[in-house]
Amino acid sequence: MREFKGRVIAAGEVTAEAVVTRQGFNTLASMQMMFIQSKTKCVDQSNPDIYKKILMGKALCLPQTIGSTTGGMFLYSAVQSGKAPACLLFSKEIDSLAAAGAVLADVWSENAKMPTVDRLGDEFLEYVQDGDTITVKPDGTVIVNR
Amino acid sequence: MELTKEQQALLDGEKGPTMAKVMKTLVQYGEVFGAEKMVPVTGEYGHLVLSFGLTFLGPVFDLYQKLIDDGCLAGQKFTCDPRPYDKNVPQNALQKTVAKFVFGKQARYEEQLKKLGILNDDSYTCTCYLDEIGNTPKEGDVLSWAESSAVVYANSVLGARCNRNSGIIELFGSVAGYVPYFGFLTDDGRKADWIVELKTSRLPDAQILGSAIGMKVMEDVPYVKGLDQYLGTELTDAAKTYLKDFGAATASNGAVGLYHIENLTPEAKKQGESLIRENAKVYVIDDAELQRVKEGYPCVWKDLNAAPKMCFLGCPHMTLEQLIDWTKKIEAGLKESGNSKVTVPTVFTTSVGVMKKFNQTVYAGRLAKTGVIVSYICPLMFMDTPLGQHEPVITSSNKLRTYTTARFYDNDEILSIITKGEK
Repeated sequence: MREFKGRVIAAGEVTAEAVVTRQGFNTLASMQMMFIQSKTKCVDQSNPDIYKKILMGKALCLPQTIGSTTGGMFLYSAVQSGKAPACLLFSKEIDSLAAAGAVLADVWSENAKMPTVDRLGDEFLEYVQDGDTITVKPDGTVIVNR
Repeated sequence: MELTKEQQALLDGEKGPTMAKVMKTLVQYGEVFGAEKMVPVTGEYGHLVLSFGLTFLGPVFDLYQKLIDDGCLAGQKFTCDPRPYDKNVPQNALQKTVAKFVFGKQARYEEQLKKLGILNDDSYTCTCYLDEIGNTPKEGDVLSWAESSAVVYANSVLGARCNRNSGIIELFGSVAGYVPYFGFLTDDGRKADWIVELKTSRLPDAQILGSAIGMKVMEDVPYVKGLDQYLGTELTDAAKTYLKDFGAATASNGAVGLYHIENLTPEAKKQGESLIRENAKVYVIDDAELQRVKEGYPCVWKDLNAAPKMCFLGCPHMTLEQLIDWTKKIEAGLKESGNSKVTVPTVFTTSVGVMKKFNQTVYAGRLAKTGVIVSYICPLMFMDTPLGQHEPVITSSNKLRTYTTARFYDNDEILSIITKGEK
């Protein structure tokens, strides 16, 4: 078990299985087919870390998001539609697109939430592996169980 | 964050609870990045990234309807990214049916855009900054835009100031009239974190150079040395066209929102190396590095030897110069091969404004004779359907490659494939 502490972008408490990308998460490229998938799967051919893996309901561990500026609205729609990752856990400082998605979901969603924590450090992303059980606390504590 | 009296009143609900939530979102978003204040949007027009009535994005359209119902409209007119389909682009009956389902909210959304403040019916393009469209910000303008390729162009080539805003956030900025002050809006945020030293034997393909830099620097700001030897020191139409494609690749293959080209882009010309941070990292690019990057592009076609069924050029939308240049190249290629028409169904995408201008030239008729179709659509959205994902489409756009299953070839290879039927 390892514990990490980051900065809270959108507070919440959740436990979920980790899915890990060590390269930038391209939100549009990854999630653009979620509207026809029963469970959101990554379809980004350029990201071998998570290509074809299920994202919905998982603790998505990533350095940052990249790519299209539709990113935030895709994340917001995913949260509102119940197809989003359970939480977003950033090793680095969150980028403007993911921050938009997290804040939009936080302010405009009545029920669904997507706890989001950033600045967890490079060590977090080096340590965490697919399949680990992740628990996120409202104060930004992230517990990784293996 | 310290707000002015007017800003605080918006946040406190002076203009209703929906406007208060718009303001709350912008404040909370800005605070993530340490913004200490909000500043007025000074650019004449906005630009929105969402142009497609994708069924799945229902929550976004519901949110926009709430803005309309509660009178929270944009305080400035705006342009918008390209539409997702066009009846002139070849599709079989099944593909048309699927597209109608996937983009089932298109009509509703375009009605919403009219109410929210779209400039006019020809305002759908990702290259809103071109003269033919007229949404060209001035140096120093503060913008509330989204669309990664447009933001990086406005920041880098025009010297405007805009963060890489997400869709929805950019509309909120136009509605509230304010944006949080951080990142590319500040002088410090425009400093370069990387020096890119170009040591190639010739002018690199803009799409591959942009891709290499984007993948290396990610969200950082690069200061590129050596490109001016090929592009010159003035922002000619040719240089701007090159930087349009270069920037789109940096933004989509990485997350670049601003670059400086030594002796060429406005801030680099004025401030030179004083733009570079102390201890900036260095990335040297030579011919071998570009070849390595190109060879690393994956292709997920089921049959890697499949014959291409379609070719898309124009992501971002082509300029007038590109349409004319490609017309000449295709004519020459067909003459050489003895073919009368292109051997792969080929679509060039451009804005309605550029298309109108192109149609006034002799080249429009000549291009039509080669079999190439000119359309105003977004090829990315056109391919973003369950059937489109399985089509063997080729492109020389690194942005289209990144977001779809399209296979990348450089411009010379594309020309050979579509005129001769081989690489």
